[in-house]
Amino acid sequence: MKKKKINSNNLLLLITIVLFFVMYAAGCAVYADKGFTRLQTFLNILINNAGLICVTAGMTCVMLTGGIDISVGSLIAMDCMILAVGIEQWGWSSPVLMFLILAIGIVFGIMQGFCIAYLDIQPFIVTMAGMFFARGMTAVICKEQVSIVSDKIFTMLSSFKISLPFGGYINKKGIMQYPYLRVTVVVALIVVLAIYLMLKYTRFGRSLYAVGGNQQSATLMGLDVKKTKMKAYILSSFLTSIGGICYCLNTMAGTTTQATGLEMDAISSAVIGGTLLTGGVGNVIGSLFGVLINGTISTLVKTNGKLISSWSNIVTAVLLCFFIVLQSVFALVKERKK
Amino acid sequence: MMSSIKKLTQKRLFLPIFSMILVMLINVVYDIAMGGAPLGFFMISIKNGVLYGRLIDILNRGSEIAILAIGMTLVVSASGGTDISVGSVMSLYAGVCCLILAGYGNVNVQQYAHPLLAGIGVGLLVTLICGIFNGFLVAYMNIQPMVATLILWSAGRAIGLLLCNSQIVYVRVPSFQKLGGYCSIIPTPIIVAAVCVAIAAVILHFTALGTYIQSVGINKRASRIAGFNSAKIILMCYAICGLCAGLAGMVATSRIYSADTNNIGLNMELDAILSVALGGNSLGGGKFSLAGSIIGAYTIQAITTTLYALGVSSAQAPVFKAIVVIIIVVIQAEPAKAFFKKLTKKSGKEAARA
Amino acid sequence: MTFPGVKALENVDFTLKKGEIRALMGENGAGKSTLIKCLTGVNKFEAGEIHLEGFDHPIVNKDTMDAQKKGISTVYQEVNLCPNLSVAENLYIGREPLTKLGTVNRKVMNRQAAALMKQLELDIDVTRNLEEYSLALQQMIAIARAVDMDCKVLILDEPTSSLDDREVEKLFTMMRSLKEKGVGIIFVTHFLEQVYAVCDGITVLRNGQLVGEYEIADLPRVKLVAAMMGKDFDDLASIKPESTGDKRKEPMVIEARGISHAGTIKPFDLDIHKGEVIGLTGLLGSGRSELARAIYGADRAQTGTLKVKGKEVKIKNPIDAMQLGMGLLPDDRKAEGIIGDLSVRENIILAMQAKQGIMKKIPMAKQCEIADKYIDLLQIKCASRETLIKQLSGGNQQKVILARWLATNPDFLILDEPTRGIDIGTKTEIQKLVLQLADEGKSLIFISSEIEEMLRTCNRMAVLRDGQKVGEIDERDMNQMNVMKAIAGGDK
Repeated sequence: MKKKKINSNNLLLLITIVLFFVMYAAGCAVYADKGFTRLQTFLNILINNAGLICVTAGMTCVMLTGGIDISVGSLIAMDCMILAVGIEQWGWSSPVLMFLILAIGIVFGIMQGFCIAYLDIQPFIVTMAGMFFARGMTAVICKEQVSIVSDKIFTMLSSFKISLPFGGYINKKGIMQYPYLRVTVVVALIVVLAIYLMLKYTRFGRSLYAVGGNQQSATLMGLDVKKTKMKAYILSSFLTSIGGICYCLNTMAGTTTQATGLEMDAISSAVIGGTLLTGGVGNVIGSLFGVLINGTISTLVKTNGKLISSWSNIVTAVLLCFFIVLQSVFALVKERKK
Repeated sequence: MMSSIKKLTQKRLFLPIFSMILVMLINVVYDIAMGGAPLGFFMISIKNGVLYGRLIDILNRGSEIAILAIGMTLVVSASGGTDISVGSVMSLYAGVCCLILAGYGNVNVQQYAHPLLAGIGVGLLVTLICGIFNGFLVAYMNIQPMVATLILWSAGRAIGLLLCNSQIVYVRVPSFQKLGGYCSIIPTPIIVAAVCVAIAAVILHFTALGTYIQSVGINKRASRIAGFNSAKIILMCYAICGLCAGLAGMVATSRIYSADTNNIGLNMELDAILSVALGGNSLGGGKFSLAGSIIGAYTIQAITTTLYALGVSSAQAPVFKAIVVIIIVVIQAEPAKAFFKKLTKKSGKEAARA
Repeated sequence: MTFPGVKALENVDFTLKKGEIRALMGENGAGKSTLIKCLTGVNKFEAGEIHLEGFDHPIVNKDTMDAQKKGISTVYQEVNLCPNLSVAENLYIGREPLTKLGTVNRKVMNRQAAALMKQLELDIDVTRNLEEYSLALQQMIAIARAVDMDCKVLILDEPTSSLDDREVEKLFTMMRSLKEKGVGIIFVTHFLEQVYAVCDGITVLRNGQLVGEYEIADLPRVKLVAAMMGKDFDDLASIKPESTGDKRKEPMVIEARGISHAGTIKPFDLDIHKGEVIGLTGLLGSGRSELARAIYGADRAQTGTLKVKGKEVKIKNPIDAMQLGMGLLPDDRKAEGIIGDLSVRENIILAMQAKQGIMKKIPMAKQCEIADKYIDLLQIKCASRETLIKQLSGGNQQKVILARWLATNPDFLILDEPTRGIDIGTKTEIQKLVLQLADEGKSLIFISSEIEEMLRTCNRMAVLRDGQKVGEIDERDMNQMNVMKAIAGGDK
């Protein structure tokens, strides 16, 4: 008796994907004259949000356990500043710095994870402290903005264009312009694929779902809940560091105010993508679409030209409200069915 | 000796008072080290016809945090969760208020487009509605507080910016500036904060609100059997918190006689939550001490001011705040408490009572 | 083993044969859960040994996983599985079959899971999420997990509380087939009918000690009830209560018709007259508390009508009941009674304050007066009225909650196990207080597991069994033997 697997969780994911296509199609319809229909517009969304995609993938894993990590934005700012200062002032090469940043990410995750998993402190508070710490350390490392110009490898990675052999258009000068991707997009998509496979096919991935679904049951079934939770936060900070490198490749600078509010973009992308804040339900593909929706909204607002950028925040907040209420309604329905 | 120390540390207001004294001590030590007057921290003088001094500065700049702490204490106590939207709601107030006072589309006015009371009144009404919105989601739809308030966290500031068209709207009218300026020799924000705290204290003293909130926060089920309507109480607390955010916004806006919606209230929700924690209140809800939170609020401000005096820039200060947060919550954490209990051997009688 | 100050289990022997279904029964505090926790490694015990087939030495379980590996598995009432995972994943979480690469082999996992379901005659699609199935099926899946882990001993902790009759039958079928395979089952329950339907033997605990291990054939129902309540069957001499006059002539205070609450109490009728004390008796779990709660509005009644003092009323919440002059002393004082971090004074005036509303605060002087009055009246032992209630002993906490309701001057008071955990002296005081309140014209429902005290204080008794009110005992017929028979039901 094989019935189609449409339950409330899949339904949420479906709504998200459909919503993305509807929004994008609307944009194409309304702004065709402003070049919205070009493939590059879509690719630009990916390019501009490569860092956010990596962070959201990590955030999804943490939210699966029922927790949250609001330190990610500040961690990215700290990473960018380390990269910038490291290249420009300390004279280190970028591969070494990138390795350092990944190591810092792991250490950061261990510290946060320990406090949350073993000391049983609320995730919001611990990661808030982490956020304060990272943001402050960014300023301690350097107070002014530092632009990255001196490292050949870094600059090359940043400006390298991976051209796609299709979907081009002829510009005003009569030259064929092919759409392009950047290295960061490839990294981000690999991260998404890796996390998807991890969540679906490894014991660790399944234990994340179990811990979020019912922590007490997971313990009684013999899972090491504390270790699983701590690993989730280590993973999140590690992926955030990867995201930080991507982010820096985009901005090519370190400032103290970078990536402010990025954590909320990641959380809202994950929620819109179908991840429940209460844990146990979530899908990194959904989160990817959540980021795409976020990106589409910003692009729509920017293309319009007449609306100020706050409109994209407002629309995102409205969507967030809609999805939070929807999740809550589904939960109430499930309770009543019992 | 040990038992009297333990008795002292278990008093409700130990943590906030101890922290405040510690911060003052650091200031005194610093003053001595810098070769200045040892009690320079405490000196109050009158310059240009107004009160002047580091203490006055702390009381002045800490007004917003103190007002926010009132609402946050009630929310944490009744629902065991936090309202992270208060900073953004402050920004929303700024947008609404200055929009009305300056009239639509103006960014720099010398007189009111609408009466002062209209601007302030509508602003506060809007923030009250925000509080009710949050409260409804938490109390009646059973959504986690952090999640529910996430919506206004992102929307509040954005709407505020929208109302002012992303510009900073200046209202250069003397009566508006007065709210952020001085009332004879005392800075007005201090008076506003004092009035808010006084009203809160009076309400808690003369009505049963405190009992209701604590009861619901400690044991929701037992409270229900005893006749309380937990949902209504929780909604009320969030509504009050929203109103407090509006009042804090009122003070912040008047201080700079403009609506800088981008920066007003930025990260203030974190200061408010810290005040409550530093005040000795459990972030999991239950018994609360408003006095503790208020002392905590001014202590947070004192820490910030002290850091600036020590040469730490405003961008670097968060590092120290982070350390303070971690120390407080780790001490309050159950596994840590159990660890400390094992270190200081307890008598068998106390172990049996536990 | 011992908890601080209390011996939870003392010298308990427990034997389970291969392929035997044995019921483990006992009233509240008997030590059933403690025994289970000792067997499964959740609690460490001080004295005694556990011998398990296949092990030469006595075994010690470090934790539940360790016990599971040795072959002792438990399925709890709250189904400890993860609703958001698929059935197959729930069966294999933590021990999923792996591919050569070290990743979870979903195909093999689903295949094995389907085979397991077939083996246990369950028609379930293993790829669907657990939450899509009914609680009964979820329980059986939990049992399947235990069986797959090669359990020799399966402990079922109150598995039938949320199941309907059809689902209970399905569960019994599965239990019988497991019995055939040689699995020993410990069936912890309080449903008498079910015990006699499926079990081979019964072990009874009381107050942390073993009362006896019996075969089903040797223990008729009445003897079982007597054993559980600590009575010697032959000792049930008639202890007749003193006559308190026929209260039926008084006006009706409570008139309940067809009141029910899904899952807890089936529709019942109850009349209570002014000045009457009605006893609700039956074994734990028979629906006594639930009946009272349905009247009071703690669990909103889903069917039926309620008349208070002749007027039909709708009670949606406890405050509605309180405004009509009712009060409820719950049986679980920790979860529903005490507000731990508040003082004795604050706990006492709590309900009174709720009745008056938020604006009318009871003045401090009056609060102290009321608190002192009841501390004196009920002899509550506390350092001062400001002591936190959580620091008092259980018995004194109970007195504070009792004071809370007395302070509201109710017309109708429900006392659910009011003397549990209280010393003999105070027990008698409370019984005297109940009679006094009845004399003053108040009506009471008195719920207790101790038949003597009910016989001494009640005018009438309503008998409940398995979630249903099955009868009433008049004043004339009230004695221990009749009450036992009524509770036991069935054949003698």
